[in-house]
Amino acid sequence: MKNVLTATILVALASAAWADGHCAAGKTLTDGTLTIATGNPAYYPWVIDDAPESGKGFEAAVAYALAAEMGFAADAVTWVRTSFDEAIQPGAKPFDINMQQYSITEERDKVVDFSAPYYTAPQAVLTTQAVIDGGATGTMDSLKGLKWGVVASATALPVVMEQIEPDQSPLVYDDNANVTAAIQAGQIDAALFDLPTALYLSAVVVDGGAILGQFDPAAAENPDQFGALMPEGSALKACVDAALTAMTENGTLAQIEAQWLQEATGVPLIK
Amino acid sequence: MTRRAAYEARQRRRANTIAGLSTLAVVALVVVLVPLAPGWEAVQRSFFDGETFVNTFPTLLRAFLLDVAIFAWSVPLIFALGLAIALARGAQSAALFPLRIFGAIYVDLFRGIPVVLLVYLVGFGVPGLGLPRPWNSPYIWGTVALVLTYSAYVAEVLRSGIESIHASQRNAAICLGLNSRDTMRYVILPQAIRRVVPANMNMLVALQKDVALLSFIGPVEILRQAGIYKSLLANFTPYVVAAVIFLCVTVPATRYADYLLNKDRNARS
Repeated sequence: MKNVLTATILVALASAAWADGHCAAGKTLTDGTLTIATGNPAYYPWVIDDAPESGKGFEAAVAYALAAEMGFAADAVTWVRTSFDEAIQPGAKPFDINMQQYSITEERDKVVDFSAPYYTAPQAVLTTQAVIDGGATGTMDSLKGLKWGVVASATALPVVMEQIEPDQSPLVYDDNANVTAAIQAGQIDAALFDLPTALYLSAVVVDGGAILGQFDPAAAENPDQFGALMPEGSALKACVDAALTAMTENGTLAQIEAQWLQEATGVPLIK
Repeated sequence: MTRRAAYEARQRRRANTIAGLSTLAVVALVVVLVPLAPGWEAVQRSFFDGETFVNTFPTLLRAFLLDVAIFAWSVPLIFALGLAIALARGAQSAALFPLRIFGAIYVDLFRGIPVVLLVYLVGFGVPGLGLPRPWNSPYIWGTVALVLTYSAYVAEVLRSGIESIHASQRNAAICLGLNSRDTMRYVILPQAIRRVVPANMNMLVALQKDVALLSFIGPVEILRQAGIYKSLLANFTPYVVAAVIFLCVTVPATRYADYLLNKDRNARS
């Protein structure tokens, strides 16, 4: 009996001490651990080499900085993998927060919770040198004449349909790999991605890949902002938001962005 | 009415009543119990949202027309190629042995590869060789993939039909002086094809659903359109809408296949 009592007191003391100053205490799936989900596979430059545990890549780095801000040491972070569908299905979810370039939209916000944005993504046009040699330029008129492809789960489709309004209806694919296969096969001329992804695909994946230009995020009506996704009504949201706000204000986010997404400058704007 | 007929009628009524009551009980249990589950409201919001259903239905129905179109132009190709392969496999003369081997390999190969894989392989692979537009269209090569797979199935169905025709028919045709080509054309095939109509109807129902696989290589048909809505709205209801639209077509088609099957059985017995 005495042992039980001592143990109880110890546990109470420990969790009280741990909870001290950490708003996330008792709100995570496993006490003392922050479970973060990413894509399967997770893509460059968001996660380098599909290994988020390394902390390399923009989202992996943000995840660890965020965890630290919330009072979790690096070894208290557990990674899991989910698809987009698993993140929005109605049942219990296997993660505390999910970071895989989720654009914050009003409709999605009805079903799940989003944190404050951690990145504002300019949309960029990925194409090939052959298409540019064929006369495509970074103007709206020229973009209208191209055959477009986009990823179904991304927010790029509404941008193509409403801003570019192409002459031919766009083709839609499951993931980045299929879009690049279609570009390679000449079935589409151009595809719309967030700029860091487009830069990576044009440099590494697509033979003769090129960036035609980026849309000015400042001019967009609804800029594409990435937020960490949480289950609807997550108790953790206030905590994550506070941490992200602190990271924005003290420059941590900007620093991580400069480290992992630095080459994003110098891409011409679409006119 | 004889006593026996009256008794049988009574028995039938009794069986019907019991069947009706038990069905009613099961339905009532489902209707009452499922909404009591703790997660029901969340499931309902995610899968059966009325507003989303109404809003996405028209676009999804329009997208379904693309499925119907792909289906319509695939079917004649599938049956033409399927028949050719079946005939190749059934070639009798020794000189045509290579043709038989080809037929066997074709069927083994394309019946053995999952349709999705073939759609990717042909849909991205062949255009990747550098075909100019419009010959690299995903519509063309996606259709080719479907035709390759389904003609292999149809060839096997037709071959089983051809082999089910009794040898006496062939012998009778020879006695009448028909050559082997005319025997096949006027005696064997008309009976064989009629005999495998129900099996082929099942093929068509399966094809109707597999047409949606073309969405993997780009075309925005109903499944893809539902997927787009799903990710925009973070709601699975569009998939339910798509399922309902599919059912509206496939249920009558399967019922018709059953009807043909029964008719065929009754005619033979």
